[in-house]
Amino acid sequence: MITILTDHWADLVSGVRITLSASLLALLGSLIIGVIFALFVISPLKPLRVLGNIYIEIFRNIPLLVVALFFYIVIPQFVVQIDGFTAGTIGLTIYTSAFIAETVRAGIESVDIGQMEAARSNGMTYLQAMTYIVLPQAIKIVIPPLGNQFVNLVKNSSVLAFLAGFDLMYQANLIVSSTLKTTDTYLAVGLLYLLMTMPLSYLMRYLEKRWAKQPAND
Amino acid sequence: MRRKKNKLIALALTLMGMMVLLAGCGDDLASQDVLKRVKASNEISWGVKSDTRLFGLMSIRTGKVEGFDVDIATAVSKEIFGDQVEVNIVPVTSNTRMSLLKNGNVDALASTLTITPERKKEVLFSDVYFNAGQALMVKKGSKIKSVKDLTKGTKVIGLQGSNSVDNVKKAAPEAKILQLPDAAQAFAALKSGQGDAMTSDNAILYGLAADDSDYEIVGGTFTKEPYGLGINLGQEKFQKAVDQALKAIETDGTYAKIVKKWFGKIDGFDGGVVK
Repeated sequence: MITILTDHWADLVSGVRITLSASLLALLGSLIIGVIFALFVISPLKPLRVLGNIYIEIFRNIPLLVVALFFYIVIPQFVVQIDGFTAGTIGLTIYTSAFIAETVRAGIESVDIGQMEAARSNGMTYLQAMTYIVLPQAIKIVIPPLGNQFVNLVKNSSVLAFLAGFDLMYQANLIVSSTLKTTDTYLAVGLLYLLMTMPLSYLMRYLEKRWAKQPAND
Repeated sequence: MRRKKNKLIALALTLMGMMVLLAGCGDDLASQDVLKRVKASNEISWGVKSDTRLFGLMSIRTGKVEGFDVDIATAVSKEIFGDQVEVNIVPVTSNTRMSLLKNGNVDALASTLTITPERKKEVLFSDVYFNAGQALMVKKGSKIKSVKDLTKGTKVIGLQGSNSVDNVKKAAPEAKILQLPDAAQAFAALKSGQGDAMTSDNAILYGLAADDSDYEIVGGTFTKEPYGLGINLGQEKFQKAVDQALKAIETDGTYAKIVKKWFGKIDGFDGGVVK
């Protein structure tokens, strides 16, 4: 395993870099899209609710690989030419955002309805009450499940390997094919994934602990 | 404090136990003499590609893998062990075939495996049973006519787990190379414009181009890709038996029959088969 790490260090590092950038982009993107669709689903307007539910149900129930391949194979034929990295990152973002939307929706619904009512009766609009009163409380509740989603996202980024996206898994497959050292290579790559996901897990746990100590409405 | 320590020791012991178990499983099957075991059980397993037209492709009609590799594996097995031997065809991919061989899940590989010096460190090869060569496939009317046209800014699609990519790197160092998991996906990527050309062994490309007349093979072959049957390290006796069997089926005409069956009708097949 040591020889795999030393002989192919440059390939592995470039793979880690691509995996991290795809994960970070997808993390930001899916967080934003996920919160928007969560707000759609609990919105008082029916068309928004329907739209949000359709989006979540579709992308939550299709395998990530299918979503990613759609962007890699179909979109370039009919819409615009995008490469494997872009297609994979878009696929990851959309797929993860559906799960985040569900998580955030559950979080918002677990905030006592009295909070919203109290805010509204103090003269806040629906959006103001949501932004200043409900969402800050909901975010603290959803930190642990959200952390799971983020860890999953980093692992799921290995879908790029199927789209020639040059990520860590892709590099691993290439090393295996040239050296035929299957076990050693995948062990080394597993270790590198651990190095990426473990700090993320610890960060989420730290945030969870820190925010749990503060009063809910600061 | 003490309890914590005990827990740690227990954990370490469990891990070590698992490793011993794993290691034990690992060399059991693969290190047994294949000749002896097959003679006793009358059953042999071959790892064959199930996604490669002409060599090994899962037939939707029969549910079985069919192709040149399947027929060669069957003929070789019957030559060594007699006509009544049961031949199991196990589907493998380029990425999984080595581990399946080493685990002992399959006794040998007939999976378009090119003989290279680096691979010889990990696996025993039989004599060459098929001489392929690497070629380029493009959309008809493409400005790419041969490997020389793969200049800076062009993108070439190859297959993961195959050594064809290293060859393109040597022949056209300026081109960008994208590697996809299997031939079908690579062809889909070529069709959707992810690359300007696709490279693989000519025999595989002929199989794809036979499906879609918009695509053609250009420039002839630019490498030699001798395919060998793969056998576990340490199985020299079995390797010898396989080599003798290959010679036997060549002299009795079985080999020529199999070649004709799979490549006889391929348009423009330039007869890369020299054994």
